Amino acid sequence: MKWAMIAIIVASTAAGEVAAARGMRQHGEIRDFRPGALGRAAALLTRNRFVIGSVAAMAVSFFAYMRLLTIADLSFAVPATAVTYALETVLAKYVLKEHVNWLRWAGAAMVICGVALVSL
Amino acid sequence: MSAEAARLRAKTWICATVVVLSNVFGNFFLKRGMPAELPSPLAYITALFRPAAALGVVLLVTWMLLRMALLSWADLSYVLPVTSIGYVLVALVGKLLLNEEISVHRWAGIVLIMGGVALVGGGSAVQTGHGGPQR
Repeated sequence: MKWAMIAIIVASTAAGEVAAARGMRQHGEIRDFRPGALGRAAALLTRNRFVIGSVAAMAVSFFAYMRLLTIADLSFAVPATAVTYALETVLAKYVLKEHVNWLRWAGAAMVICGVALVSL
Repeated sequence: MSAEAARLRAKTWICATVVVLSNVFGNFFLKRGMPAELPSPLAYITALFRPAAALGVVLLVTWMLLRMALLSWADLSYVLPVTSIGYVLVALVGKLLLNEEISVHRWAGIVLIMGGVALVGGGSAVQTGHGGPQR
């Protein structure tokens, strides 16, 4: 059950974050953090299909995470779900077409190894 | 560094710090608020109304919204490793506040994560990918 929850969390989080990155990129940089401006930005974003898809995927991830927290330690649950890093870095390169330079690959690789160790 | 680059860098670090802290304490309060068992779908909903879990949810919603704001100007491949410092803080919170064990493996992992964050954090956050604003 623990690993099934982790698989659901990883898949839905990766899909949700890539969709969020795509949707927010379409929207452009948020410069004004005053409540009114944030409300207007939120209203615009509710019409962005990538953002809507992202929120749905993150909701699935959240309820699977709640289930995981009832059966696992916090210091296991959080790092174990960080397998998303590997998946999301690859998706950032090939789906979002980001320029992932060697520093980012090396940093992501160190984080993934660190997360694997923390999960042991 | 140009004024625009300096502005984006400062904004990125402030936003990333709040993203990390809201995630760490959101996870902590959610864990504190979770009952020992969730026997039915209704139990998931009622669990969210326990005070600690509700505070955790508010912090995690804040985390998600701020992370989306951060992604409006920064690359996902930058945001991912930089915000991973949260894993270190979660492990420390687990040890200090929830009395969870941290083995030698976990400490070694924490050091690696911090190294990865330092490596990527020194670079630029500015978006490099396709699919920019369409307005």
